[in-house]
Amino acid sequence: MRGAGVNRAWAVLSILALVILTGVWSPVLAQGTTLTVYSGRTRELVAPILEQFTRATGIAVGVRYGATAEMAATIMEEGTNSPADVYFAQDAGALGALAFAGRLRRLPDAMLQRVEPRFRSGDGVWVGISGRARVVVYNTRNVAVRDLPASIAEFTNPRWRGRIGWAPTNGSLQAQVTAMRLLWGDDRTRQWLLGIKANAPRVYRDNTAIVAAVGAGEIDVGFVNHYYLFQFLRERGPSFPARNYFFPGPDIGNLINVAGVGIVNTSRNAAAAQRLVEFLLSPDAQRYFANETFEYPLVRGIPANPQLPPLSQIRTPNVDLNHLQALEGTLKLLQEVGIL
Amino acid sequence: MAEVLTSPPERLPPARRRWLGVGAQVWIPSLLVAAAMLLPIAYLIIRAAGAGSEGWNLLLSARTARILLNTLLLATAVTATTVAVALPLAWLTVRTDLPGARWWTVLTALPLVVPSYVGGFVIATAFGPTGMLQQALEWLMGLTRLPAIYGFPGAWLTLSLFTYPYVLLSIRAGLRGIDPAVEEASRVLGQGAWTTITRVSLPMLRPWIGAGALLVALYVLSDFGAVSMMQFDSFTTAIYVQYQASFNRSYAAVLSLVLVVLTAVVLAIEGRSSRARFHRIGSAAARLARPVRLGEWRIPAVMFCGSVVALGVVLPASVVLYWLVAGLRLGQPLVVTLQPALNSVYASALSAGAAVLAGMPLAILAVRRRGALAAVITRLAYTGYALPGIVVALSLVFFAARSVPWLYQTMPVLVFAYLVLFLPQAVGTLRSALQQVSPSHEESARVLGRTPRQTLLSVTVPLVRPGAVAAAALVFLTTMKELPATLLLSPTGFETLATRIWSAATEGFFTRAAPPALLLLLISSLSMALLLSQERRGSDA
Repeated sequence: MRGAGVNRAWAVLSILALVILTGVWSPVLAQGTTLTVYSGRTRELVAPILEQFTRATGIAVGVRYGATAEMAATIMEEGTNSPADVYFAQDAGALGALAFAGRLRRLPDAMLQRVEPRFRSGDGVWVGISGRARVVVYNTRNVAVRDLPASIAEFTNPRWRGRIGWAPTNGSLQAQVTAMRLLWGDDRTRQWLLGIKANAPRVYRDNTAIVAAVGAGEIDVGFVNHYYLFQFLRERGPSFPARNYFFPGPDIGNLINVAGVGIVNTSRNAAAAQRLVEFLLSPDAQRYFANETFEYPLVRGIPANPQLPPLSQIRTPNVDLNHLQALEGTLKLLQEVGIL
Repeated sequence: MAEVLTSPPERLPPARRRWLGVGAQVWIPSLLVAAAMLLPIAYLIIRAAGAGSEGWNLLLSARTARILLNTLLLATAVTATTVAVALPLAWLTVRTDLPGARWWTVLTALPLVVPSYVGGFVIATAFGPTGMLQQALEWLMGLTRLPAIYGFPGAWLTLSLFTYPYVLLSIRAGLRGIDPAVEEASRVLGQGAWTTITRVSLPMLRPWIGAGALLVALYVLSDFGAVSMMQFDSFTTAIYVQYQASFNRSYAAVLSLVLVVLTAVVLAIEGRSSRARFHRIGSAAARLARPVRLGEWRIPAVMFCGSVVALGVVLPASVVLYWLVAGLRLGQPLVVTLQPALNSVYASALSAGAAVLAGMPLAILAVRRRGALAAVITRLAYTGYALPGIVVALSLVFFAARSVPWLYQTMPVLVFAYLVLFLPQAVGTLRSALQQVSPSHEESARVLGRTPRQTLLSVTVPLVRPGAVAAAALVFLTTMKELPATLLLSPTGFETLATRIWSAATEGFFTRAAPPALLLLLISSLSMALLLSQERRGSDA
């Protein structure tokens, strides 16, 4: 009896093995995907617009979602056999890292020129699709707008002690610190970091956690990207007690970073890949980002969501996004002052 | 038993192999599995070689010492807590007349499927300075702020709460497999209940406790979700920061190699503690002990089980339900898709099957062989498990994309990745199960003329069935929540419940994260119920 049971178990297992080996369950493989996108932006944000691309062009798209940095690392580890055609990143730093590794291919000038030079690669290997501003999110019950400082530099004031939230392990804050180093130099940035550190900021994992904590009143202010708040307002309603604050003057606290795309140098579908990039720069796609993800459209002539101050009104010092991948120094600085 | 073997029939192979019934059919698969387990280490060495002197200086910094200490402290505290919680739970659900024992059995195992990033978020929402607990206390007694849970307390609570089932499932399998005759003998010989527990039951359970505790300790070393959510500086956080911030795979590799060394140390400690070997001396058929009557202890017993379930299952489920209801009331659409659920079950079932199959030869080797080679091979199985998922995933990206591009990002490679990650869960449990099987049963089969292969299939495998069920359950549930390898190595477009939850929750789409999270809990409970019914059948046979 037992022997029979064991034989049956073996039979079941061998069938299972066959199923895996033949990849019966891999529907996408069977379809013959023509374009593979590695997306560091989550499915919630970009799946609708990629589906629209397929409907408009008939080009099937297979998407692999993951974290931006991990997707970049994956393309580098894959080497020349990378299945990725297009890399869609959440920040310029990751695009810069892939560009630095020589893994991105030059885009046609016509596409590049649709966005301002400050939102695209100097070498023309990546282009910004949507913009995100660094802002301060504040709890509307505990903080009045008039009490918020004119510059991010002033958050080192002791009156902010125990009230700040930030995410030093998160790419978006690190990009901001890099921008500070480019603008202020290492010494002043170090002073600022030490000043914030002296105010005992609460450390969070990412922007979502910071906005949640500000809404819960756990902290009064947080350094985040602007669009996270709008998702909370959608899900919790207008009574969610947090709002964004933009600094009035030209301030590094309002750094504009981009989510952008590049075509991987080993892509065998470069023509289809270019059509996707072109589509993402089209008015339809740009309006999608304005209205659905609350990001800033980067193509000239497409207005931002009315709930946001227009991009032209956000005054930021001139920082070259191409240098945002220069994070080694930022990391070292953060570690040196004991923040990481 | 030695007498039996002094006069073997002529058909038996030479003495050394005969005693063990361990032949090529165990050695060859073991060596293959071990070779597979070497891949992440090979990758780390390749990458670390490119780190240069600065990368190695990184190792000698004060910060490295600090996070090393942090990580060790956390691993020790969590391991101790999980054993303290799991032992009474296992005993109550296996050995007593606890009301609703079957339900408690399923429910107490469930926290295992809560992904640690969700668990961390839930604990922060509930016990944060202005979280749900504080709001309740404010209403009751006007408390406006709780002390911060972030850092060590939060990481400790989250990891303990969502990993104790590793120990629980292991001890349960042990309790079911232990021959009650030994304990009965102790009582008959006049020992009290307490002495019997401390002098007889616990020592017999030691390999099981050790196997479970080892899984927890190594899980803590590799976890990123909970420590990052709880803002606790551990080795994993440091490794992630290297990938994320500087795209520096070399420094990350140097740090990961330290984790490999740390794993070796933990394994050595565990190896010492599980030396003792106990197995059934009488019949090979499992017999369950007569249930202990709890009497008036029933109420505290149920309260204990209830509070663990309240924290580990009800709390996450309610927070997720709250997300769902709050969003739906504001007009967010309800998005439920079944494909990710099917994919999750499919991938997890393959992973569980593969892990038990590949784990069996390693477990046999670990128990029946004492040599240095056997020890090294069985230890190797643990490396993938103790490394952060992203490190293992990238190592397989590296090898698969470069050497077998036609297999890259297909199911076989994904299942292989799960194997590298979770094999120890199967090996640990199977090993403990084998330790309960007296070699004399296998020897009898050999003496009666069965070949080693027949002995393996008709004696050893059925005897370790409860252990195999527990092993499959562990791997299945852990695969259900796996994220990094699934994201990088699954066929393009293959989404699981875990990837859906992660994708929605990281950007604040909680209403959309809720349905897959609830489905994950539901499917996992059903699978647990199914697996545990197998456990019962196994012991009735």
